[in-house]
Amino acid sequence: MSAPLLQASGLSLRFGAIAALDDVALEIHPGEVVAIVGESGSGKTTLLRVLSGLMRPEAGTVRYRDPAGAVHSVHDMGEAAMRRLHRSDWGFVHQNPRDGLRMRVSAGGNIGERLMAVGARHYGGIRAEATAWLQRVEIDPERIDGMPDKFSGGMQQRLQIARTLVTHPRLVFMDEPTGGLDVSVQAKLLDMIRGLVADLGLAVLIVTHDIAAARLLAHRLLVMRHGRVVEQGLTDRVLDDPQHEYTQLLVASVLAA
Amino acid sequence: MTALGYNFGYLDENTKRMIRRAILKAVAIPGHQVPFGAREMPLPYGWGTGGIAVTASIIGTADTLKVIDQGADDTTNAVSIRRFFAKVTGVATTERTGEASIIQTRHRIPETPLRQGQILVYQVPMPEPLFRLEPRLAETRRMHALADYGLMHVKLYEDIARHGHVAISYGYPVLVGGRYLMSPSPIPAFDNPKMDRMPALQLFGAGREKRIYAVPPYTSVRSLDFEDHPFVPVRADAACALCQSRESYLDEVVVDDQGGRMFVCSDTDYCGTRQSHREAAE
Ligand SMILES: Nc1ncnc2c1ncn2[C@@H]1O[C@H](COP(=O)(O)OP(=O)(O)OP(=O)(O)O)[C@@H](O)[C@H]1O
Ligand SMILES: [Mg+2]
Ligand SMILES: [Zn+2]
Repeated sequence: MSAPLLQASGLSLRFGAIAALDDVALEIHPGEVVAIVGESGSGKTTLLRVLSGLMRPEAGTVRYRDPAGAVHSVHDMGEAAMRRLHRSDWGFVHQNPRDGLRMRVSAGGNIGERLMAVGARHYGGIRAEATAWLQRVEIDPERIDGMPDKFSGGMQQRLQIARTLVTHPRLVFMDEPTGGLDVSVQAKLLDMIRGLVADLGLAVLIVTHDIAAARLLAHRLLVMRHGRVVEQGLTDRVLDDPQHEYTQLLVASVLAA
Repeated sequence: MTALGYNFGYLDENTKRMIRRAILKAVAIPGHQVPFGAREMPLPYGWGTGGIAVTASIIGTADTLKVIDQGADDTTNAVSIRRFFAKVTGVATTERTGEASIIQTRHRIPETPLRQGQILVYQVPMPEPLFRLEPRLAETRRMHALADYGLMHVKLYEDIARHGHVAISYGYPVLVGGRYLMSPSPIPAFDNPKMDRMPALQLFGAGREKRIYAVPPYTSVRSLDFEDHPFVPVRADAACALCQSRESYLDEVVVDDQGGRMFVCSDTDYCGTRQSHREAAE
């Protein structure tokens, strides 16, 4: 197997008495989709934020391998390098599209921002790229100059994904990307994400409440509880033959529903 | 001490020293906004206290001062500031661009090219070029520190998408020395190319925000644009009604109460000089 893109070990972080992360270790390889599941408050968002360098752990390290193969400690790389990373080789898709979009900038401008941030200076080229990405996420390219606040929730989320993927990141963090959406819209979005991941060979670390979504998308599954990873393994193995009693409960509750 | 009992240049020596330190730092880091801590100056609003503080700190007995407002030497503000400095320093004043060693300006750069040894002092109402795009000051500071100016290009992109061109007529953003994004104060975009590699020193003073920034002589100043939508300095497509110039920046003025209008140079010294040369030639 190729060297991991991201490798974390011994991650711990407390908020007062709450252990949001308790000695968490994790690896993700190029092209791999890893889902993080667990009940509310189990530390999923905190883990994503710590792994992506948005939050500093009290203990532990996160190592990132850049496209040239050099390994960096995520929490020691400095703000400028961190920003550069977050708009080139990494992406972050927020649950609420408002957190990931500029609501007062057109759809085309939203997609173009990351291109311009990494140096694109040809208007026509930026526009062509934005048009292609709108098509790719199934938004009518006619709406390139439309404002995101006029878009439906599902469209906003697809726009956020287009904006994130336009610089061809190798690793994308997603925090419940289908969270606030209707069930039918969720299914369509998941399908789209699955297609993009396969086409682009993305590595994705996705937080979800939805076991069915995890089964559809993820190669591997991590089950969190009280800030600890209680079980992890290949998705089918974990879901068909859960070892930890909490995972058994989680799977049973989905089957019952 | 001058006749009125003020210190030379009106400001006390400590304040002047503090401002000079800020100016030196600003010259050392072209385009970077340097804070200064001068006490409030008891001056009327609209006088451009930032520009006055800078001029007061650099002016010496051998200087000749010119003051313009929107290109003109004869507006109320320009006249008041010129008289003020004449009183508190006793230095010579002039309306001729070529004769001045210091030119304090609001909203224009003179048409006559400036030369080495001259200093152009801009009055700046808002020093932060990103303030309309990012209201959080701490964040704009971080963007400058990291040269993270993608957001300004997003604004230009949005303008072109909406209007077909960049819709910024005044205070068009520039990149100084290939590093810092800077607001050239609300001069017309037409004046931007004059800032590039100008032989004179350019100093910018923002009174309310207490910021000074500078463009040292011969520094590159580039107006932001796209390869396929290059920056174009625009002027009205007309000749000055008084001197017939087709190169200068024009103001449209109302000439009668029938709605009659004409275009005249905004730079009164440039226009007047051209007119007298024409008369002499006739
Ligand atoms: N900034 C914070 N300050 C204090 N406590 C926090 C903070 N962020 C998270 N927590 C706490 O840490 C724990 C883990 O929170 P986290 O948001 O990571 O959970 P989660 O698994 O993402 O939950 P959900 O499924 O509801 O999004 C929770 O008990 C939460 O209340
Ligand atoms: Mg969460
Ligand atoms: Zn004229």
